[in-house]
Amino acid sequence: MRRTVIVLLVGLAVIAAGVVVATLRVNPYLYFAGYVILQYVVIATAWNILGGYAGYVKFGTPAFFALGAYTAVFLIQSMRAPLPVLILAGGLVSALLGLGIGYLTLRLRGVFFSIATLALAIVLQTMIINWEYVGGSRGLSVLRPSGPPFGNYVTFLFTVMVALAVVAVLVARFIERSWIGRGLAALRDNEEAAECMGVPTLRLKLFATTVSGFFLGVAGAPFPYYVTFVEPNSAFALDYAVNALAMPMIGGTTSWVGPVIGAVLLGAAQQLATVTISSEMNLFIVGVVLVAFVVLAPEGILGLIRRLRGR
Amino acid sequence: MPPLLEVEGVTKRFGGFTAVNRLTLHVKPGERFGLIGPNGSGKTTLINCVSGSLPVDGGRILFDGHEITNLPAHRRTRLGIVRSFQIPKPFTSMTILENLEIPLEYAAHRRSSEADADAMEILRAIGLESKAHLRPAGLTQIEMRKLELARAMAARPKLLISDEAMAGLSSAEVDDILAILFRLSERGITIIMIEHIMRAVMRFSERIVVLDAGERIAEGTPEEIIRNPAVEKAYLGE
Repeated sequence: MRRTVIVLLVGLAVIAAGVVVATLRVNPYLYFAGYVILQYVVIATAWNILGGYAGYVKFGTPAFFALGAYTAVFLIQSMRAPLPVLILAGGLVSALLGLGIGYLTLRLRGVFFSIATLALAIVLQTMIINWEYVGGSRGLSVLRPSGPPFGNYVTFLFTVMVALAVVAVLVARFIERSWIGRGLAALRDNEEAAECMGVPTLRLKLFATTVSGFFLGVAGAPFPYYVTFVEPNSAFALDYAVNALAMPMIGGTTSWVGPVIGAVLLGAAQQLATVTISSEMNLFIVGVVLVAFVVLAPEGILGLIRRLRGR
Repeated sequence: MPPLLEVEGVTKRFGGFTAVNRLTLHVKPGERFGLIGPNGSGKTTLINCVSGSLPVDGGRILFDGHEITNLPAHRRTRLGIVRSFQIPKPFTSMTILENLEIPLEYAAHRRSSEADADAMEILRAIGLESKAHLRPAGLTQIEMRKLELARAMAARPKLLISDEAMAGLSSAEVDDILAILFRLSERGITIIMIEHIMRAVMRFSERIVVLDAGERIAEGTPEEIIRNPAVEKAYLGE
């Protein structure tokens, strides 16, 4: 109980720090880069709830992220809905997709599940490409609302993303330490044994796909205001699928800390590479680092630390 | 006394192959029940149908008077049907203690704060308390079998199905597991033992059913089964 209070206070402190950083008015590029890294904290954390805790590796991340973004585009187009509504709606629509897809595909295990989610991303992208109202294949420019509550709109979005990252991480931590997390770990280790020990495996998996979908949608909802021009290729980018999987793997999938470490390290490295080398180097870096980790430290940085401590 | 488990005309097919064919059997409360038969006779398939791992293609299953034919496996576990696996399936990322806390929390509805003490008590009774904080990878074969039984115990079963808990163990180890199962039986738990080690089944069971090709070919006390020519034929051929 007391620990929960402390953790909540830490979360609030991080958000407050985000607000302070937003008012500092350093080089504007840093807010852009910071936003992307924080967005990846949300994405990696969301992915890990299904991929890490339950062990169901999903390649379809872009589908959920882009659905959040396009839900926002639709609401901006139709009623100029305010940002909190966009975020909530993006999350809910993606959560529904997660639930539906979970129901259809969770009877598939291992690589078959992964492929099914990948197919989903392609189907959804095709639908968006053919939907003129949200820009179709040409894309759509989005006007940011004037007068954010403080600072300029980029620093404001940066602060919003800080808050979203904190919420996502707190929820992941709560799930991990609750009976739900223990049940998910049991079904990750052995699904048949878990079911025979009283764990309602199907219901827990549906819960995981839904929550995971929710936060992926939440991460995508502010995207239109961030880029101001949304088109299918950037919203459904392969980067999201690869990073969502690579970041938790590199950090460590069994704890909420893992995706955070992975997202910060890999996200920062990518931003650095974009500025210093070229924007094409991003995925190359991820690939090399991921291969290195799979070979040398399959349990990620957390596993590495645990092993060093154990000796 | 009404039976605890009633299997009524259960059929299970895999494609064109009928693994269990319109099988009926009853297990009484508190009974030590042996289920034997040659390899491929349908013992494990039947158990999978009873525990809910496999759906049946025909017939009904009743437990404690309630129909459970279409319940998912975890609901049956909560009602009190708990099985151990032929090939141990521990939760590998957890300690031995945590392995027991899953059924305690999910099947026996103990709060996680109480589960610790309960789990330790079960480990003590089964002789694994010194390993409580190890992971399953550090266990020997016999300890792994004991973990399977301990974890099944943690689910607070009314009916325990022990699926070849002794295969591959030495004679002294078989006695060790038998002693555990006898103790559970004394505490009022009904036990179905599936086993190939005849010495163990014959000593343990009050009543035995023999399966061959998915059908019941004999039923009786161990003495009757030994003398039954049909059983001899099923195992040895003519």
